[in-house]
This record gives sequence, C-alpha cells and structure tokens, in this order.
Amino acid sequence: MDLLEYQGKQLFARHGLRVSSGREVTTVEGAVTAAAEVGYPVVVKAQVLIGGRGKAGGVKLAADEAEVREHAANILGMDIRGHVVRTLWIEHASDIAAEYYASVLLDRSAKKPLVMFSVEGGVDIEEVAERTPEKLIRHHVDPLAGLSREEALKMASDGGADADVREGVADALVALYEVWLQEDATLAEINPLIVTPEREVRALDSKVSLDGNALYRHPENQSLSDSENEDPIERRAKEEGVQYVKLDGDIGILGNGAGLVMSTLDVVAQAGGSPANFLDAGGGSNAEKIKQAVDLLLANEAVRAVLFNIFGGITRCDEVAQGLIAAFEQIKPSVPFVVRLDGTNDAEGRRLLAEAGLPNVHPAKTMNEAAEMVVALAAGAGVGAGA
Amino acid sequence: MAVLVDESTRLAVAGITGREGTFHTLNNRAYGTNVVGGVTPGKGGQDVEGIPVFDSWAEAMAAVAPNTAMIFVPPRFAADSILEAAAAGVELVIAITEGIPAHDELRVYNVLRRDHPGTRLIGPNCPGILSPGRANVGIIPASFFKEGNVGVVSRSGTLTYQIGNEIAQAGFGCSTIVGIGGDPVPGSSFVDVLELFEADEQTELIVLSGEIGGSAEEEAAEYISEHLSKPVVAYIAGFTAPAGKQMGHAGAIVSGSAGTAAAKADALEERGVRVGRTPTEAAQIAVEVLGGASAPAP
Repeated sequence: MDLLEYQGKQLFARHGLRVSSGREVTTVEGAVTAAAEVGYPVVVKAQVLIGGRGKAGGVKLAADEAEVREHAANILGMDIRGHVVRTLWIEHASDIAAEYYASVLLDRSAKKPLVMFSVEGGVDIEEVAERTPEKLIRHHVDPLAGLSREEALKMASDGGADADVREGVADALVALYEVWLQEDATLAEINPLIVTPEREVRALDSKVSLDGNALYRHPENQSLSDSENEDPIERRAKEEGVQYVKLDGDIGILGNGAGLVMSTLDVVAQAGGSPANFLDAGGGSNAEKIKQAVDLLLANEAVRAVLFNIFGGITRCDEVAQGLIAAFEQIKPSVPFVVRLDGTNDAEGRRLLAEAGLPNVHPAKTMNEAAEMVVALAAGAGVGAGA
Repeated sequence: MAVLVDESTRLAVAGITGREGTFHTLNNRAYGTNVVGGVTPGKGGQDVEGIPVFDSWAEAMAAVAPNTAMIFVPPRFAADSILEAAAAGVELVIAITEGIPAHDELRVYNVLRRDHPGTRLIGPNCPGILSPGRANVGIIPASFFKEGNVGVVSRSGTLTYQIGNEIAQAGFGCSTIVGIGGDPVPGSSFVDVLELFEADEQTELIVLSGEIGGSAEEEAAEYISEHLSKPVVAYIAGFTAPAGKQMGHAGAIVSGSAGTAAAKADALEERGVRVGRTPTEAAQIAVEVLGGASAPAP
C-alpha cells in the first residue's frame, strides 16, 4: 500500500522526523486558504503515486495568492503519466543548503532491513548507486536489535555529511527506522532530506509503502489507502476481497491461484492478445464467488472476450462448472467466454458445461489452446456485431 | 529417498481444530502421512478423529514427539506458533498460512537463525510438501503426481500442479514437490531446496517454477552454475506484469527495474538453465531431458 507524499510526512511527524508545515487540499480556494495559513512563499505539490512530478510540471513555487491560484488550477486535474491529480499539498517553501538522501527498506535477499544514506540527494538515487556507488552508504541492520544511534552516526560520517549536521542526520535515520518498524512499512524513503541554512535536517519529500497484511495492527492507517486516486474496479475488488489488477488490454482473465493467473496473462500475450486484468478467484468454486468475479471482469468495458482458466486441485472442476452455469444464468454475459477446465473432475466439468449449452461459451482443454481461442475471439468481436 | 517428508515424518498440526486445518490434516492422513497430533491452545485433551490435540507445542513434543509441524493458524498467530514449534525442537515447520505481515516473517527468519538453527521453515503462504507414495504435508492434490525422479520447487501452488500434471501425463513421476511460497521473506529459498535435491539419490532432474519479485531466481541461477550437477529446467511467471502492481502473492511485485520475469529468465539461461516460455513448454523440456538421460518413458 503506497502512501501519498503528505500521508507519508504525517507518519514521519508522528515519529519525530522534522517536516515543513503544510495542508492537503482538493480545490483552488482551499489552496489559497492553506497558503495563507502556512505562510508565503509556498510550494504547490501534486499528490500522485508516481515519480517525476516536478518534470511534469506538478510542483511549483508560488510567491503570492495570484501564483497559488494559477498553479493550483493548472495542477489539479493534470494527468501525470496516467495518474490524475486530485489532491494538492501546500507547503511553506524551504531554503535549502544541502540535499541528502535516506531510506529504510526490507532487503528480501539479505532478509534484513537495509538503511541507506547519501549526501547526493534530490536526484534519482539509482543513478547515484550506479555512477558513484561509494557515495551511497548501505547498512544492513540486525532486525532483532534495531538501528542504534551509534550505527546511524557512523553512517552519517561515512557518507560525508557536514560535521555540524551529523547528529541531526543520525536522529533522522533513527526516526526513519522507527517509522519503518512501528508502522509495518516495507519502504520508508526521504529524497531529499534537506539541510536548511539554519542547519536543521528536514524531510522535504516522502515515499512510504505499508504492508497491507499488517494493517490489522494499525487501524489508524487503514484510511490512508489512496482510494480516491485508485481505479474504481480495483477499489471494488479490494472491498470484496478479490485479488484484481486492472491492465490495458481487452481480454478478461480469471483463474485460480496467483501463479497460474500470472502465467495465463503471459500465455495470452504470447498468443498475440492483450490481457485486460489479473484476477485470482482463489480456491472458491461456488456460484456466488464466481458471479462476483465475472461481475468484476465485465465492469471493465474494454473487455471483448474472457478466458476462464481453472486447474482444479482441491477445487473440483465439476463444482466450478456448476458455479459458472449458475452465475451465467444471472449475469448473461454478452462477450464470448473460453473456459478451460483441467485437473480434478475435469471431464465431468466439461460435460456439465456442454449439457448446459451456454451461449457463447467455448470449452478448451489446454492453457495454450484456450489462449489462442480467446485471442481469436477478441479480434473477431471487433469486426463482428460488437456486442 | 525423496526430501523433507517421507515415511519417517511424524506430523503435528497447529490449527488442527479449524475447518481448513481439520480437512487437510485428515486428507494428509488418508494419503498415508503419519499424523501424531495437533496443537490448539485451550483445546488440549480433545481429539480430531482420533488425533490427540495439545495446548502447546511443548506438550505435543513431550507426548508424541513430532518431527514435522504444519501451521494452519490465522496470520496474526502464525509467527508465534512457528517459533513455539521450533523452540519445542521440531526440525521441519511447514507454514501454509497466507497473509502474515512481512515484519513478522523477517523476525521469524532471523530468530530461527539465531536461536533455532536446527529448524527448517518452509513457507509461509505455501501449498506444502508432497513426496509421492510416501507422505503429503499440506494442500497439494496428490492425485496428479506419482513417484518418480523429478524434483519440483515452486513459489506458486496451482502453477506447480499445472506443470506436474503435464510431466505426469508424459509418463514421469516426482521425488518431492516443494512449495516454498509466494511471500517476501520465505523461510527457505530455491537455493535451500536445490541443495537437498542435489543430494537426493532419487532425484535426477529438477523443475524450478519462479515468478516476479525479489531475486531468489537470480540467486538460484548463480547457485546452479556453481554447485549443481543435475539438470534444472525452469519456468518464470509474470512477463506481462506491470511495475508496482502486486500480482496476487505478497512477494510478486516488480519494483523499478528489479524483479522482472525477463531478468530472471536471462539470469537462468545465461548459466545454462533451459527456461520454458509456457508451463507446457517447461514440462516438455523436462520430459525431453529425461527421455535423453534415462530409459525411454513407458
């Protein structure tokens, strides 16, 4: 679960990291009021879950009310690489003497938290890592001990932080580690971590990802999920507890098991098709669950054909077929379906489907065959009657 | 021989009294697995179809000496149950539970290494381990697999069944199928299981089924080129997955340029591992290699 900049900064502040005062707003009038409250000059910042906001024109300095109006009006509604700006963060502009970088993340390979610090902040950190790796200090922390202030101080001095702000940098690193630990984050990043002319160390930006599996421990964070900027079908799927990811294509995909569904997307793409979504129906086979999943699939109007890929393990294919038949009677889909049933009781499942004589449902035996069929049908639907 | 689970397995199940726990425990017993007990706090003294239930792992250990634990409890209790089983001296813990917080997994992994180096954890969020004809611990549908010389290790359940079924239809069987799970911090990695298969006399070929996210496949590629004498055939899922979107499994996410399917397939192929572009192709390659290396299939 990725947080917007201002949400991340609120978590930072909760753990003692210094941030500039600001307000989140959704209208031009709100921006004007907020700017007066935090004091000019202000920065008007687009709140979207994608990098490169500045280059896209989504971050602007405003010296007075007229400029706030102009920038807020321009940025609200702006499309930044597919992310529409609905929220702005109005922050008092900071004077900057130096730009550093700090992050804490879960290193899956080392199975430890990795803390990173660099005095080369404000730029793409992957470039720093590549061009001048000696300027990116990487420190693996024993998760059973935590990050000590001593370790943090050593990172600050090894990284070449100005001598008079090493204490401040160490404080920031320890606080950032606490954010990562206490909030069940998988990533907590500050870029840039600035030093002001008054030699104060402060987070000017934030990038925080929280672990959705740990939200039960953090009821106060549950509202942070960025529902207003999320795709409406993905939002609905989340509410219904279905694993759904919207993609750009026109072939709806449904299967059981995350790995099998990922694989199905690949096989469809290899057959020349373009998947419209990822949907893992899980182990369920009852009609209600299948109906729910089919409803979600078809909520995406781009879908021109659907591939239903089931490999029955514990799930029995005859039960899946019965669920499908019941679901189809209620939904009556208008696009063609290719249904591949393989595994436990597959012959019985295919027999049930054939007997039901569902219109526009095409049985397939193998995954590759099913992929080729659905790609042909999706293409055909384009030149044919067009549902 | 097979690896990890076999006739010597003495299984106890945490969460045996839950609906899923009961169903799969009895399923495992029906397959022939020696199920010696269960653990549910507060239900000690009861039994599940003759299987004694204990309040704690320590009590289960004292009474029935399990060497294998299966964890079926809800996510918020799973980490403690795994560590309790390890503290009681259980050598192999297989965690089926899905949805355990990543920080809990990190803690479990590091506590096991520090305090219980004799305990091996498989999972969490995995389908378990099946050694056909010997023992089944978990939720893998045994009917698709027969005994043979192919070792399978996978991050995904259903994908394993898909590949295993195609290998079986071509007339080959499996030594052991190990699901290591789809989470960010699995207790055991591909490398750990490859090491076991390399040492196992029954295993002649290994099928590795990976997916996007992390770098376990790249590490496996490195290990294979340095330490493995047996042929490995791989499949990687998630070529079409966009960056930043979690594809079902908590661990299946491409972040930036790291963790892509293409990078994983390249890493494996660069070290001589053949990678199937579809599950079917991976199974076909495995069958081809086996056919060439041993007697023709019956």
